Amino acid sequence: MMDYLLIQVLNGVQLGLLMFLLAAGLTLTFGIMDLVNLAHGSLYMMGAYFAWTLIGWTHSFALGALLALPACFLLGVVVEVVVARRLYARDHLDQVLATFGLILFFNELVRAIWGPEGRSISVPAFLNHTVTLLPGVIYPAYRFALIVVGSVVAILLAWLVARTRLGMLIRAGASNRRMIAALGVNIELLFSLVFGLGAVFAGLAGLMAAPIASVKIGMGDDILIVAFVIIVIGGIGSIKGAFVAAMVVGQIDIVGRAFLPDFLKTFMGAASASAAAPAISQVLIYVVMAAVLVWRPTGLFGQRT
Amino acid sequence: MAELLPALRTPRGVVTALLLLLLAVLPLLTQAFDQRYLLSVGTRIVIWSIAAASLNMILGYGGLVSFGHAAFLGIGGYAVGILSAEGFASGWLQWPVAIAVAVAWGTLIGALSLRTRGVYFIMITLAFAQLVYYLSSGLAAYGGDDGLNISRSRFPGLIDLRDKASFYWLCFVLLCATLWFCSRLVHSRFGYVLRGAKSNELRMTALGFPVFRYRLVAFALAGGFGALAGILLANDGAYVSPAMMSWVKSGDLIVIVVLGGIGALFGPLYGAIAFFAVEEFLPPLLNLMHRGWGEYWQIVFGPLLVIIALYARGGLDSLLGRRHG
Repeated sequence: MMDYLLIQVLNGVQLGLLMFLLAAGLTLTFGIMDLVNLAHGSLYMMGAYFAWTLIGWTHSFALGALLALPACFLLGVVVEVVVARRLYARDHLDQVLATFGLILFFNELVRAIWGPEGRSISVPAFLNHTVTLLPGVIYPAYRFALIVVGSVVAILLAWLVARTRLGMLIRAGASNRRMIAALGVNIELLFSLVFGLGAVFAGLAGLMAAPIASVKIGMGDDILIVAFVIIVIGGIGSIKGAFVAAMVVGQIDIVGRAFLPDFLKTFMGAASASAAAPAISQVLIYVVMAAVLVWRPTGLFGQRT
Repeated sequence: MAELLPALRTPRGVVTALLLLLLAVLPLLTQAFDQRYLLSVGTRIVIWSIAAASLNMILGYGGLVSFGHAAFLGIGGYAVGILSAEGFASGWLQWPVAIAVAVAWGTLIGALSLRTRGVYFIMITLAFAQLVYYLSSGLAAYGGDDGLNISRSRFPGLIDLRDKASFYWLCFVLLCATLWFCSRLVHSRFGYVLRGAKSNELRMTALGFPVFRYRLVAFALAGGFGALAGILLANDGAYVSPAMMSWVKSGDLIVIVVLGGIGALFGPLYGAIAFFAVEEFLPPLLNLMHRGWGEYWQIVFGPLLVIIALYARGGLDSLLGRRHG
């Protein structure tokens, strides 16, 4: 039982790290550019599709995945320059409308280029085995690699934001955009860079999730809403908040999927228990968010106004 | 009636009057020209106009960007669906219950959501809508993800909802009633407070108005009218499913409101007509340019939304000249 519990906790950590990668870019664009970017999930999807194509060309998972990242960066910069840049000064309604349009565009573009049926990326051969973490605790190597890569990227991001000059500008931008522009920082370049960086993280999350989920149209849309929930729980603009919230949400989701069915079976039929459990674990996430917002209307680590 | 006459002389008045006239006689026209399909499009336009008008109450007049309005449609639809599945076929029972549930839910989540501002409000309304969405897809007894086939509400001796033309006219009358209610609302003291809070919340608070309570009432009311649209949608297709409250539908509703003109009385109607016109006519138009392009019409529609958001804030209503009041 303890082994099972540990494995489920690891699954929660792995999901949480993936969600954090997606949420990090979102919270940066939110915090710094004040942009509600619904199309962030599209970048997640494009990351997976880019990786699918590039892996097909190079016949190597690692190489394809590595090449997909600069492609995501480029796409992010193009989206920023063509559309997002014009939205920073607008109100939230305009941003929602325009980025909703972008979602429709990207979903349909993918359908036109890659076709309506889903694609799959298989787990690379060098990770297609299991690792023994503790005596008796056997875990798939690919999922373990996700945890490692996710943790490394999270630490890298923390270092980037807390210790580098770029991070200093990002933090300054988040607290007072106009001031750092007045101090002579090329704010347009900074915004493009941050947007591209967010796209890379989103794309990375998408391509890493691809072998355990599937590559399909709209794959980024539902997960995007969970990412929004995460940054709202954590407090908009706070990387730390996004991390904490992502971990919490990851655990809730996995615990819901792993343990709720058994729990529900104690007082309802097996069939309806297994149907209701995923729905209830999703619902739990939103209940947690509502509770946090009632308690702290600007999230756990958000700035008080 | 007297004050309606000068309004009729403006371009907006003429266009609106002609549109309403056309909608009023639509079943006769579609019958005369044997275009049954157009009647079903018309029915959808009218129902989505009601839904958009209900969103317009809070989005347009209150300035509250609710990104979860489709949940109210779903609640209305599912209330009818569940009651009919349980053997309560009478519309006299189903409809009031559906609306009451939606108003109660609107009051509850409004009380929680309205504590937040800006982006947080957008996201919390979206999250509550997702909550209802997942709850409905978890209802294994009522179809779960696959949805639920229902029998239409019964109003014995009054109206048979299975008859397409009568159903259309019922929707049309309800649309007129909704718009009439909206116009009364906007020009009431309540409406002025709501709009005042939209332009400057601090000022209204300083003037002593309990802005939160006004907004909460507006939110719950909008939920009730949203449920009405949901009831009609359920009866239109004799079917309800979680898909009717997916977040994309909430997005569509925002698109319709903005397309028609935010805070314009007849904006939701213009918006719904334009939205469905694009959906119906853009694919064949693209197919004319190049065979097969029509299938991918959203590649054009998406950027169109971006352009509307960037350059055409007033929506279709602004084409009809300046607004008063």
